[in-house]
Amino acid sequence: MSRFPGVDFLDLDPLLSDEARLARDAVRAFVDEMVMPIIEECHREGRTPVELVPEMARLGLFGATIAEYDLPGLDNVAYGLIMQELERGDSGLRSFVSVQSSLVMYPIYAFGSQQQKDRWIPALGRGEAIGCFGLTEPDFGSNPGGMRTTARRDGDGWILNGTKQWITNGTLADVAVVWAKTDDGVRGFLVEKGTPGFSARDQHGKFSLRASTTSELAFQDCRIPAANLLPETSGLKNALMCLNQARYGIAWGGIGAAMACYVAARDYAMERVQFGGQPIACHQLVQEKLVWMLSEITKGQLLALRVGQLKDQGKARHYHISMAKRNNVWVARESAKLAREILGANGIVDDYPVIRHMLNVESVYTYEGTHDIHTLILGEHITGIPAFNPPERTPKRAARPAEVGRE
Amino acid sequence: MRIAVCIKQVPDTEARLRVRKDGLWVEEEDLPFVINESDNYALEEALTIAEKTAGEVVVVSLGPERVKDALRKALALGASRAVHLAEEAFQGGDALATGRALAAAIAGQEVDLVLTGSQSDDVGYGATGSVIAGHLGWPHAWLVMGLEIEEGGTSARVTREMESGMNEIFRLQLPAVIEVQAGINHPRYASLKGIMAAKRKPIERPSPADLGLEASQIGAAGSRLEVLEVAFPDSGEGAEMLEGDAATMARTLVEKLQREARVL
Repeated sequence: MSRFPGVDFLDLDPLLSDEARLARDAVRAFVDEMVMPIIEECHREGRTPVELVPEMARLGLFGATIAEYDLPGLDNVAYGLIMQELERGDSGLRSFVSVQSSLVMYPIYAFGSQQQKDRWIPALGRGEAIGCFGLTEPDFGSNPGGMRTTARRDGDGWILNGTKQWITNGTLADVAVVWAKTDDGVRGFLVEKGTPGFSARDQHGKFSLRASTTSELAFQDCRIPAANLLPETSGLKNALMCLNQARYGIAWGGIGAAMACYVAARDYAMERVQFGGQPIACHQLVQEKLVWMLSEITKGQLLALRVGQLKDQGKARHYHISMAKRNNVWVARESAKLAREILGANGIVDDYPVIRHMLNVESVYTYEGTHDIHTLILGEHITGIPAFNPPERTPKRAARPAEVGRE
Repeated sequence: MRIAVCIKQVPDTEARLRVRKDGLWVEEEDLPFVINESDNYALEEALTIAEKTAGEVVVVSLGPERVKDALRKALALGASRAVHLAEEAFQGGDALATGRALAAAIAGQEVDLVLTGSQSDDVGYGATGSVIAGHLGWPHAWLVMGLEIEEGGTSARVTREMESGMNEIFRLQLPAVIEVQAGINHPRYASLKGIMAAKRKPIERPSPADLGLEASQIGAAGSRLEVLEVAFPDSGEGAEMLEGDAATMARTLVEKLQREARVL
């Protein structure tokens, strides 16, 4: 087993709390010892490594920022470092934890009733229950506000109709957090596996996030009890608050994937010998690629760390998170490409982690707000003009762009 | 059962070492430090015993400020408190001086058992545990591969590795000092909850006087061994490059192993 050395060019470690460093190191060791030996096989077979769920739960990876229900209560910087380490292993694994923690436990914890919290938070934290998050639909990705899924009151319950797509953990989930239009706007509901009228099936043919399960959820006159409404949800903003949590983690995750590619490329360049017995690391073109990666990783670390500090102070805004997600996943994508080039033919086989990260990052680049949508969120922040939905086309009642979430 | 575990923080064995300017030790700046490998196993063994006996684990370490990281990690893994011999007077000692200081720190803790690794991954004297046992007047066992606390908690059944692949199994009266080998168990990861809980756990920092020790008994002043130099061995000497195709080289190698090295 080889141990991942990490990347810390600017000696940022002393800026982290003891707890954050210990948390990062614990997850790094877990990834080295338990994830790396099986992840290529999971990727080949296209399966989620569910056998890791008990150990991830024992470590406390699910709902790590919650301080109640016997959960760790980490700050946001430590949480981000955990996401970095998981994504250094695999984006699919990080997605699993992001969904469970930020998109399922967080909304239940923040918007759920006491009874919902007492039932689900401990079970999800112990990994005894798995959750998924249903917002995206076949025809509504960047514009979730256009969703067609509806929830209609029916006596002492609700009736759901509609389809959700690209749902991580969909078929694995015991409980789905589903967003649907009601007469009072978009609200969140808990739908349990096995509820009549609710079905899930996996989406196949993926070339990316193969160690993760992606599903479609279908609701056909699916009746759920009134107690399954998340009572504190009152609009799309609640769903976007969840995404803000997850996107923040992805900003760190991007750095993790980039670090994995950088370290693989650096080590390869030092050992691969061509032209007169010299390692390819002696070539200026190879060095330039490594320098680009190290520089961008370092800048990305500073960006993620500062947004984490702001989040811990309650000062992080959705556009801060957009910048971090946008930049750091782009860094991951470019680093994967450069690393692939340095590895030559070895860069396309799964003896090395690079091609897997390269494929994975393609998903991460356009999920949780595409790169372009985050560009427009920042564009709106700079100019005050929402370019998703330009004012001249919808002069007065220009709905606030759906992607713009607030915490 | 209360168990003291002595841990040492050592340079990461995968790190590249450079000799310090004075030639007496390695350059520590920028060097990553970790808990000594066999000490990790000692800690895991102690935590497991403490869980079974509703006991507690006290970690003890001698070393500079950076050692706090190793102690925090041990607390995150489940130790309930730590003792750090951090003062300058404790530092720079040989096994005799270090063992004397550690024994004095342990003596005040009323423990039933001391666990530690058999050997450190840096200097590797393999003697500190024996010195601790000598000062405490307790029995001790080295290179331990298996440990079982017997009914009543007054004795332990110990499996030791001997030469030639044989094991020696014996009973030891407690309290005792037991030095384990790496591989005896499977060390756990710190859980995130454990890490957060460790924040509130105490690290005591006794002075030599608190432990009833004179400055002349500990650290460099209390040592009987003086390091004259650390250095990498000269490379190249004694090496011989074989020539020819693979079959020729293999034949030559076997001949040399038989006739010159006489190992075959």
